[in-house]
Amino acid sequence: MMPFDFRRPASLAEALMAGEGAAEPRYLAGGQSLVAALKLRLAQPDRLIDITRLPELRQIRREPGRLVIGAAVTHAEMAGLSDCAALADLSGSIGDLQVRNMGTLGGALAHADPASDHAAAVLGLGAEIHTDRRVITADDFFLGMFETALEPGELVIEIAYPLPLQAAYAKVRNPASGYPVVGVFVARTRECIRVAVTGAGDCAFRLSAFEAALARDFSAAALAGLVVSPDALNRDLHASAEYRAHLVGVLAARAVEAAR
Amino acid sequence: MEGGEMRLTLTVNGKPITAEVAPTTLLSAFLRETLGLTGTHQGCDTGQCGACTVHLDGRAVKSCLVLAHQAEGRDVLTIEGVAAGETLHPVQVAFRDRHALQCGFCTPGMVMTALDLADRLETADEDAIRHGLDGNLCRCTGYGPIVAAVADAVRGRKGERP
Repeated sequence: MMPFDFRRPASLAEALMAGEGAAEPRYLAGGQSLVAALKLRLAQPDRLIDITRLPELRQIRREPGRLVIGAAVTHAEMAGLSDCAALADLSGSIGDLQVRNMGTLGGALAHADPASDHAAAVLGLGAEIHTDRRVITADDFFLGMFETALEPGELVIEIAYPLPLQAAYAKVRNPASGYPVVGVFVARTRECIRVAVTGAGDCAFRLSAFEAALARDFSAAALAGLVVSPDALNRDLHASAEYRAHLVGVLAARAVEAAR
Repeated sequence: MEGGEMRLTLTVNGKPITAEVAPTTLLSAFLRETLGLTGTHQGCDTGQCGACTVHLDGRAVKSCLVLAHQAEGRDVLTIEGVAAGETLHPVQVAFRDRHALQCGFCTPGMVMTALDLADRLETADEDAIRHGLDGNLCRCTGYGPIVAAVADAVRGRKGERP
C-alpha cells in the first residue's frame, strides 16, 4: 500500500470537510473492494475518510411506499430486512458472510463494479441515490465501468427504494469470486415493469424490450423469443459475450417465475 | 503527517489495547505482528481464503481486508479468545468431535466463521451452513466434517441432541 492518512470524522459536516488539504481523498465505506485495491495499488488515495459510523448513514426508515436505507448499512444487515424479499435475498447472496458483515450499500454503489449485485436492485427498483448535495435517479447514476455520476467529494447518504408489488433477482454466480457472471433483477411496480441486468456490460443496464413484453404479460412465457445482442457485452475468462447474452434471457425468465 | 503512525485503542479478546499504528497496517498484521496473536492465519492476503477471519463487534470479518484503524474503539475476538482457559467453546468441541480439521491451517478462520453462523442460523440446514462457510477455503477439502461440526454447534445451541 502507498502511504495515506486516516480520518474518522464524528459528524456528517466534518466528513464533508475531511478531504480538504488532500490531493486524492477517498471515503472508506467498509473497504471490501477498496482495501484490496489499495494492496494492488489500483487505488492510491493520500487520505481515507472512514464514514461507516456516521449516524446519518446508518439509518433504515420506512416511508409510505418506500424503504430508505443508509449508505453505511451492511449487506448482512440488509439481508435481515423483511420489507422486500427480493432485496433481502440479493443482499444475502453478495460475496460471502465476512464480506457481507463489513461491506456497505453505499460503498458498493460508489465503487460501481460492473458485476455489482446492488446495482441490479437499485436500477431494477428505480431507486433514488441521495447524496450530500442532490438526488440522483438510478437511471442516471451508473455511467460505466467503475464510473458513476458522483462528483469528487460527493458522499452517498442514503438510498430510497420504491417497494414493488412483485420482484426477484436471479443470477449465475462465479463460485470463486462470488460475483455474478450475470444477474437480472425484475420488478413489477404500480407504474411499470423494470428489468435490470448486472455483470453483463460495463455497468448495470435496463432491457426495454423485456420490460415491454412483461408489461403486456407478466410471465416467463412472454419472454420467449426475445434475443439479447452480445455486441456490447463483457467477454472474459469466465464467460463469452454470447454466453452472457444467453444467460440474460434465462435469468430474466427465472426472476419472473420467482417474483413475489 | 501523511502516513504517520496514529493512536489506536481497541479491545482484543476482552483486553484493552492502545498502540501507535500506521494507517496502512492491516488488522491481520496488527494482530499477528504487533500483538503476537498468530492463531489468526494469513493465507491468501487477498480476501479469498478466510483463514484470517476474526470477529469485529461479534461478527466474522476477514482481517486482511480490514485496516487496523477501522477497528478503533471496537471489540475484536480472535481464536485465542474463544476458549475459556482450558475449556473449549462448544463450537471447538464440535470441530474436535467431528474431526473437522486435517492440516489445521484453515481451522482458526473456520471456527470464527462457525461461531457467527451458530449464532445466526435458525436451523442446522446443510445448504445454509455451506452458504455461510463460502468465504472459508479448506485446501485439504475436508468440508464434510466441517459442515457436520457447524450443524452440531447449531443444534447444541438450540438444546437439541447432535
